Amino acid sequence: MNGARRPFALKKWLGLGLTLAALLAALGAPWLAAHDPLRTDFAQSLKPPGAPGHVLGTDQLGRDLLARVLHGARLALFIGGCTVVLTALVGGALGLVAGFVERWPSTVLMRIADVQLSFPFILLAMTINAIVGLGLRNIILSLSAAGWVVYARVVRGEVLSVKQRDYVHAAAALGMSRTRLLLRHVLPNVAPSIVVVASLQFSSFIVAEAAISFLGFGIQPPTPAWGSMLSESRDFLYFAWWLALFPGGALALTALGVNLLGDWLRDTMDPKLRV
Amino acid sequence: MRAYIVSRLGQTALVLFLSLTAVFAMSRLSGDPVLLFMPMDIQTKDVNEFRQRLGFNDPLPVQYARFVAGAARGDFGESLRYRQDAMGLVLARLPATLLLAGTSMLLTFAIAVPLGVLTAVRRDGFLDHVGTVSTVLGQATPGFWLGLMLIYVFSVQLRWLPTGGIGGVEHLVMPSIVLAAFYSARIARLTRSAMLDALGEEYVLTARAKGLGEGRVIGKHTLRNSAIPIVTLAGLEAGQVLGGAVITETIFAWPGLGRLTVQALLNRDFPVVFAAVFVISLIYTLINLLVDLAYAWLDPRVRLH
Repeated sequence: MNGARRPFALKKWLGLGLTLAALLAALGAPWLAAHDPLRTDFAQSLKPPGAPGHVLGTDQLGRDLLARVLHGARLALFIGGCTVVLTALVGGALGLVAGFVERWPSTVLMRIADVQLSFPFILLAMTINAIVGLGLRNIILSLSAAGWVVYARVVRGEVLSVKQRDYVHAAAALGMSRTRLLLRHVLPNVAPSIVVVASLQFSSFIVAEAAISFLGFGIQPPTPAWGSMLSESRDFLYFAWWLALFPGGALALTALGVNLLGDWLRDTMDPKLRV
Repeated sequence: MRAYIVSRLGQTALVLFLSLTAVFAMSRLSGDPVLLFMPMDIQTKDVNEFRQRLGFNDPLPVQYARFVAGAARGDFGESLRYRQDAMGLVLARLPATLLLAGTSMLLTFAIAVPLGVLTAVRRDGFLDHVGTVSTVLGQATPGFWLGLMLIYVFSVQLRWLPTGGIGGVEHLVMPSIVLAAFYSARIARLTRSAMLDALGEEYVLTARAKGLGEGRVIGKHTLRNSAIPIVTLAGLEAGQVLGGAVITETIFAWPGLGRLTVQALLNRDFPVVFAAVFVISLIYTLINLLVDLAYAWLDPRVRLH
């Protein structure tokens, strides 16, 4: 038993630790960073890590890398958070209705889901951005438009199974209205899956945002987003490795922490759920 | 079996038709589609002429019917940048992408399946912990960052491999590793859990009870029965491999479909974008059709559902 419990606890604590660190960086960026992430200083450009006053060094415009990485956490978690809430609300509501009503709403929703899943997630979000425009608001909208399907599918499946339980039949037999039945008996029993999907989706949204900004369709420079910082770092890879290492490392560690936390949530709340 | 094939083909045709509709809907997302289909250096007075020539003054159903009819013949219009047939450009880039995706898929199976089997058989042992940590890391590491780091180590520092482009095997090494890393992690995790499920079954106990060697118990009785979920996930992930190729090809300047799509998006060359998006969705849908048919052939119960 001991052997089986060990990785379990590691998942939880490492996941919690990394997620809290990212959260702390995001919330405390203005106080933790000694420099303005946008202030340029050409006399100090491309200083390696450990340079006086710049722990992680500076970029090609002399901006402090630590300040930019910390503010990047702010942006990444904000975009990830907004997208997760938006997709959970929209996808969750659609899945709930489709699973509960069945018949044509269910069929239509599943066909839309099939079609949407035949386009790679990143490509779909990026194409939407190229058409409707770039920037913070549009990237949240395009990620949400591309990401709601997963919730809709999972929630619909869960509703279909919860609906068959005895307590739901009993409540229906007692004359409870369909809306009340849905909100009082079905929704609370589907909620854990929504939470688990949300936590697992969170990291993929953060990575997707970075990838889209990296390719030039998301957050634009000089705003300190990890993806656009990595994109700028490509030109300096030959002599300034720190510009690529730290923003990407921050992104990978954040994704790792949130992933571990999501895995742990699934193990404890809903072990059979496959996402 | 024949009825199953026919119904599955019907569904595939429907999904493809709907995905064409989705592409059409996307082309109208911005409100004024003319702006998406015009050369970038157009004068304002030419806009109306263009609107007329491209048929954007016709009623929407007419435009839609014309779009679908054209697309069915592979006609997505002319590239605004290259003045060539958009579909022709896309198809010319397809072999490079298939080479890259195929190599990474082979690499994925070569790494992930043995890793999944080993970690399941040695459950909670040292190897299992190492395997679990590396799959979790593999899943969390963004491909484009891994790509940059590999370029820094193997091209900039060690000068062993070229930073990008297409050519010999040495050009294929880093892109296929980057593309395979994420999927190997997912497939290894799934193989492990499918193997653990199968190892708990009674037929495994029977096989051991009748004195079969451990190698045959694992290879013949357990792995074979775990194959179905693994093959399904591989099929479902195929679309994401193509999505990953978009990023990987851009980092390593690999002249495939993904890089073409990103460049077309940057140049606002939308006929090429829509042709590429449709071809990618077509490939994905066909792979899933093949997976489903392979399934029904392997497991007769599937056909009856």
